[in-house]
Amino acid sequence: MKFQKKQAQTKQQIPTASMPDMIFILLIFFMVTTVMKEQTIKVKFTLPSAKQIEKIDNKRLISYIWVGRDGRIQIDDNIVYVGDIQSIMYRKRKELPNVIVSLRIDRGSKMGIVTDIQQQLRKADALRINYSALQKI
Amino acid sequence: MIRKPKRGGAEIPSASMADIAFLMLIFFLVTTTFDVDTGIGLVLPPHIEEAELVKIKKENLANVLVNKEGQVLLDGDLVVISQIKEILKSKIRENDKLIISVKTDRETSYEIYIAVMDELKENYYELREEFSRQKFGIGLTQLTKVQLREVREAIPQRISLAEPEKTF
Repeated sequence: MKFQKKQAQTKQQIPTASMPDMIFILLIFFMVTTVMKEQTIKVKFTLPSAKQIEKIDNKRLISYIWVGRDGRIQIDDNIVYVGDIQSIMYRKRKELPNVIVSLRIDRGSKMGIVTDIQQQLRKADALRINYSALQKI
Repeated sequence: MIRKPKRGGAEIPSASMADIAFLMLIFFLVTTTFDVDTGIGLVLPPHIEEAELVKIKKENLANVLVNKEGQVLLDGDLVVISQIKEILKSKIRENDKLIISVKTDRETSYEIYIAVMDELKENYYELREEFSRQKFGIGLTQLTKVQLREVREAIPQRISLAEPEKTF
């Protein structure tokens, strides 16, 4: 007995008409989900450089403190006093318990201001810090 | 009267649309860069009242003092910043409970402080690398997460920031 292979009646083609729509949806998805958080930095600073630097894996956890070369301190979009850091950081830590504070401090700063900020952070219980530094070549 | 030639239906060929969209997608994927934050990570000691300050045995403590001129005093000896790593490495090999305590002057430059912290970090990195090569035969970068955790537990980073002196 001879078997005859049955041929499917349908076309063996994937319809490509909706392909551009799918690609556009992909494009739009990536455009929407990409978070670009830009903050205007009001202080001037140059970061120090170091050899043993590590990347911060989770960008969403980071909260920045800038210290300019004139000694001004900026958090978010405001210039703040040293004494205010505790309450600001405490509030941030309540929202985000495992916040990492990235200290972007000018290389020419004095340790006095750094110590003051650190004491404030300790009081606010924001203990994970990161001294922002560039890769030393 | 001249009859206008009959025009065909005006259509834009849309077959290559997908390709164009793909190109756009790939272009944006490639050109988007996320500036990664890099730096020296540290966990601050929690804030405690003066009364409950923990006393650490003197032999388990390595004092690093940095003065305002940028000179470094390591356990009473004046050293160059680039020497710190080697000295601490031999100290930690002798005593694995060693805690490094860093203290700076208010006038010390931040850049020097970072250089010192970098040395401390490098010291731990090299010790871990050594441990990893001995135990697993491969470098730190090739370890699995479980192995890395083991290395971290075997050689924990014990960097402590000394309480600043009360100046005000």
